[in-house]
Amino acid sequence: MDASTTMTDDTRTRADASTGAAALGAVLAALASGRIEVVDLTQTLSPEFPQIALPPEMGQCQPFRIEEVSRYDERGPGWYWNNFSCGEHTGTHFDAPIHWISGRHLPNNATDTIPPADFVAPAVVLDCSREAAADADFLLTVDFIERWESTHGRIPPRAWVLMRTDWSKRTDPVDYQNYDETGQHTPGPDTAAVRFLVEERDAIGFGTEAIGTDAGQAVHLRPPYPCHTFMHGAGRYGLQCLANLDRLPPTGALVFAAPLKIRQGSGSPLRVLAMVPR
Amino acid sequence: MTEPLARPPRKNPVLRTPLPTLPPGGRSRVGLGLTAAAAVGRFMLQHCRDCGAVQYPPREACHACLSVRLRWRDTDCGGELLSDTRLHHSNDLFFRERLPWRLGLVRLDAGCSVVAHLHGDVGPAPARVRLRLCLDRAGQAVMMALPPQDTPDMNDDPQLREMTCDPKFRKVLVTDGKSMVGQAMVRALASAGADLIWVGHAEPWKRMPGAEGLSALPQVAWVPLDVTDSRSVEELAGEIGGKVDIVVNTAELHRTHGISGRRGVDTARAEMDVNYLGLLRLAQAFGPALRGRAADGVPSAVAWVNLLSIYALTSFPAHGTYSASKAAAHSLAQCLRAEVRPAGVRVVNVYPGPVDDEWNQLLPPPKVAPAALAAAVVKALREGTEDVYPGDVAQEWFERWRDDPKALEREVSAGG
Repeated sequence: MDASTTMTDDTRTRADASTGAAALGAVLAALASGRIEVVDLTQTLSPEFPQIALPPEMGQCQPFRIEEVSRYDERGPGWYWNNFSCGEHTGTHFDAPIHWISGRHLPNNATDTIPPADFVAPAVVLDCSREAAADADFLLTVDFIERWESTHGRIPPRAWVLMRTDWSKRTDPVDYQNYDETGQHTPGPDTAAVRFLVEERDAIGFGTEAIGTDAGQAVHLRPPYPCHTFMHGAGRYGLQCLANLDRLPPTGALVFAAPLKIRQGSGSPLRVLAMVPR
Repeated sequence: MTEPLARPPRKNPVLRTPLPTLPPGGRSRVGLGLTAAAAVGRFMLQHCRDCGAVQYPPREACHACLSVRLRWRDTDCGGELLSDTRLHHSNDLFFRERLPWRLGLVRLDAGCSVVAHLHGDVGPAPARVRLRLCLDRAGQAVMMALPPQDTPDMNDDPQLREMTCDPKFRKVLVTDGKSMVGQAMVRALASAGADLIWVGHAEPWKRMPGAEGLSALPQVAWVPLDVTDSRSVEELAGEIGGKVDIVVNTAELHRTHGISGRRGVDTARAEMDVNYLGLLRLAQAFGPALRGRAADGVPSAVAWVNLLSIYALTSFPAHGTYSASKAAAHSLAQCLRAEVRPAGVRVVNVYPGPVDDEWNQLLPPPKVAPAALAAAVVKALREGTEDVYPGDVAQEWFERWRDDPKALEREVSAGG
């Protein structure tokens, strides 16, 4: 390697760093001045927060539980801490492709192997709150998405598509779960909408406020649970039990959603943050 | 005739809550044979295998022929009251607080004489009586002479109430009221005159058939309670712990497999979390207040009921992980009994055979109906027993277990 080549490489490296640093510096300045707001899209993890419930003869996702280890007492005089336990799909959580049988053979399909760059992505928010209020079984359709695009523009590739339903405002667990004798009634996407988002819009994932990315009655769709089937089958992700989607703009937010690095994890509870321009 | 118990007045909150006292509790090992019989509500005495003599008090050898070949047998409890007396003075703290107290000398038809506590409906000597072996507040067996036939309101007799845990006018917590057994328990306690029944419900979004019907009972107050959630248990104990007189722990999780019938430990862990750790959480949260209120007037804190299973004594391999969790709970319930007995609080352990519910769908009858199970619990509280084996299967297994636990293990592992 001669001296001139080295000099050229060094120069380019310095120039790139300067560009990246400038970009990050601008973000930091915007955060400090409030021109970018950080919005927490996460529900509080608590034992009362409802968990997904399967028929009782099946394996169950354990709800969040917390046990005190010590609280400045005889068990530990100077410190307070807890042990907690929960399933991977408890509270506000991330679904990895390996969660579903359709995504089980994909490369990099688990929480520890997904490329970390995928944990930072833009988000579009489809406001279905009126429709969900009128019909708990509301299904998002291709027609709805195209009408949304006619106002807000085409959904960019590799973006989170977040379905706002204001379901997170149902603070009573009974209302949030919304069970009757036929099971759960919560909104979600229909089969064609999921396929459209994956195949036509290259979405990185789908996010909802209710307890699943699929609708409460999605077991009766064809195929059952289309959002899990097609999103994960295409290596895409899911976010559920999101909150504060009403504080996001239809476009322009940047979402940070990094699950815990569980070896071969199918998902994990996580803190979901959005950077929102103001 | 016994004066029916009047609704007790509300507690005067400026007066100190009395501390519990106990009657004398020391017994020899052989004397504990009486306690074992009283625990299950049987009247048993020592019978000599050689000369047939029946004896009381229990001894190491036959009082008639000195044979050591003695065995405990169910015995005719009929007898004649020979003399009676009313105690107006005692230096014993327990009896001093409960004077006057009637005692009598009874000649049993079986051939021995005993000193017994006298029910108020037993007339002056001479009179026919039937004896019952009761557990007193110290948890030890004593003889109580009852009238030969039941009399109206006889459970309200003040001396008998010192031996029992009658739910009448008491406040009860049923930890899970949504299950079939929980619902039946709430109804039975309401019929038995419980003053107030707090009914726990976990996962409120899961509606169970029939559970909402309990709301029509005026005694019922639903409370959020999930025994797998320490904070839920602690918060409820903080709210109502100082008022609960009887805890009936109906919360249970039952899955139907052994070791090889299902991969993983998730359901076994869930069973342990509800059936074993749930009891531990409840006992830590509700135990201290119960102990502190064991002498708190007529509606004092008095009992803790655990819904266990006959599988706690020997594993039913087809429901092996459930059996193990119930065995753990059985062991912990013995620990709880040891910890609350010094306050005079009774731990009633209930060991039913298979209950007629959805998890025993494939087991053939006989199965215990939830209402029969609940009735057995109320009966145990009224009669003061502490080990209950409701249903034909439980009765038979219990007898076989007493006879030879090893033989029972082999029998059950061969399919019952």
